[in-house]
Amino acid sequence: MPAALDAIAAVKGRWAGVTDRASLDHPAVNVPASDLVAVLRSLKEEHGFDMLVDVSGVDWSVRANPRFTVVYHVFSTVGHDYVRVAADCADAGAPEVPSATGLWPGADWHERETYDMFGIRFTGHPDLRRILMWDEYPHFPLRKDFPLAGIETTLPDAEVVAETKTGAIAAPMMGGPFVASPGEINLTEAEPRAKDESWTERRPKPGA
Amino acid sequence: MPVEHSFPDSAARNAQGEFETEKMSLSMGPSHPSTHGVLRLQMELDGEIVTKADPVIGYLHRGDEKIAENMTYNQFVPYTDRLDYLAPLANNMAYAIAVEKLAKLEVPARCQAIRVITAEMARVSAHLLGLGAFGIDVGAWTVFLYSFTEREKLYKLFEELTGARFTTSYARIGGVARDLPPGWTDRVIAFCDQFLPILEETLDLLTRNRIFVDRTAGVGVISREDAIAYGLTGPNLRATGVPLDLRKDRPYSGYEQYEFDVAVGTKGDGYDRYLVRGEEMRQSVRIIRQAIAKLPPGKWYAEDAKRIIAPPKDKILTSMEELIQNFMIVTEGPQMPAGEVYFEAENPKGALGFYIVSKGGGVPWRLKIRAPSFCNLSILPKVCVGALISDVVSILGSLDFVMGECDR
Repeated sequence: MPAALDAIAAVKGRWAGVTDRASLDHPAVNVPASDLVAVLRSLKEEHGFDMLVDVSGVDWSVRANPRFTVVYHVFSTVGHDYVRVAADCADAGAPEVPSATGLWPGADWHERETYDMFGIRFTGHPDLRRILMWDEYPHFPLRKDFPLAGIETTLPDAEVVAETKTGAIAAPMMGGPFVASPGEINLTEAEPRAKDESWTERRPKPGA
Repeated sequence: MPVEHSFPDSAARNAQGEFETEKMSLSMGPSHPSTHGVLRLQMELDGEIVTKADPVIGYLHRGDEKIAENMTYNQFVPYTDRLDYLAPLANNMAYAIAVEKLAKLEVPARCQAIRVITAEMARVSAHLLGLGAFGIDVGAWTVFLYSFTEREKLYKLFEELTGARFTTSYARIGGVARDLPPGWTDRVIAFCDQFLPILEETLDLLTRNRIFVDRTAGVGVISREDAIAYGLTGPNLRATGVPLDLRKDRPYSGYEQYEFDVAVGTKGDGYDRYLVRGEEMRQSVRIIRQAIAKLPPGKWYAEDAKRIIAPPKDKILTSMEELIQNFMIVTEGPQMPAGEVYFEAENPKGALGFYIVSKGGGVPWRLKIRAPSFCNLSILPKVCVGALISDVVSILGSLDFVMGECDR
């Protein structure tokens, strides 16, 4: 895929902060948040990557620094190549990156979803509100410190709550989860109500 | 292959009236027959003309991406059935190929061909439903009865192959669940033989139907530029005249061996989207025939992937090594290298993408699902403005979306 490689060589030459990103498939670059929109604009207007196919957030774990990364996949409808562009959010407490809605109107929903799931703010987005969860929802579900079962939350409509006396409850675990998350978080921390049998010689039984 | 049509543009009839009226807000859905699931449209109306449309989605949000982070790669296959639940076979395949890319795993030619056959059958089935539901939306009931009769025949074939009509979980990482049953390909060919005349008959009910043409031609026009800017894919993009088809442009699973044409529209209206889907069904039948004609012999799973695919059941029960191998795959998951991949497949609704971040081991660290229906619906606020309420119904039908995939 020469066009994609040329394109990332060109943006690396033009912006000093742009570096190669490890990837198993498409050419990929790390971009500082301050240059993100300029790099995306260059890819779109000078290198023909005219379609933004996907925006997604990644939480690298509660203790990681930087904790959040926003990953863009751009596609050329003529050359049929993909390029991956990743931007780290500097502040894990209030993560933010500039919005790409000025380049692609289709970025609108993708960025709203990333905000909804990770709490990453896109500065300059015209209408940054939740999209999949309801507007008043207080948590960011795809963060690694959010448990799989969910957190008990009141429903948005006060009238419904008064009438039904119900809320969004955490899911019953039925002895699950069936596989422990890999990585740093202990299963008991992630899922207090789960039957934890993940302890080994290397990792002591919690509470023992 | 362009599908041509020339009917008078009906944009003029949507022109604003000369009197200022009071704006009214109307909430359409989430339980409305034409919203095909649980889409809700919060609209602002000036008389019968939509001045603002805000889609409210998320009613079917199940947190699939969160669930994926908490189970092994193999365990997630059944969840992919429930994305675009009208084409589970195609979703299974897209997910399996994405994980195989991560594992750098090559599947045998027979497996690839089986996946192509099932994915194209899923495309026919999904388009038949889209066609039937679109017909109902604009008042043509009979089409639905025709297309559902054909879908039923396909579902019988799916059931024989996978054991399930709806949630198939057939394509697995490194292969497919089981080989084709004896005589199954003959029954698929027999289906194709009787299907093509019925398809023509079904399409004839709409193609020159005055009411259908009036309801769709010039309604919901999307320009090429807008379609690309909003990330539209699949028939909705091709109807605007962009000949982008990942099966042709980035072939996967051996699609490069098959001859087929990419149907494109000229105007990007609802009628073009209908024509493109009709043509795609004919092309899918062509692909199915070719794939069956040169179906290679051999295994239907990658034998060398010992840490990814479970060994055959008879071996597990009789041999210690295979028993241990099976135990490791079930408890720890298929072992993957660390890294990132992104793969998109040309599904019936558009490009279904999986972005997988792995830190190694049997569980994805992050699995993002790029749902074509999500992107296709994001253009609604633009395309609904200026349309009549009754046209909104026609636009929704012509976009052919699935909320299971949009909300994930």
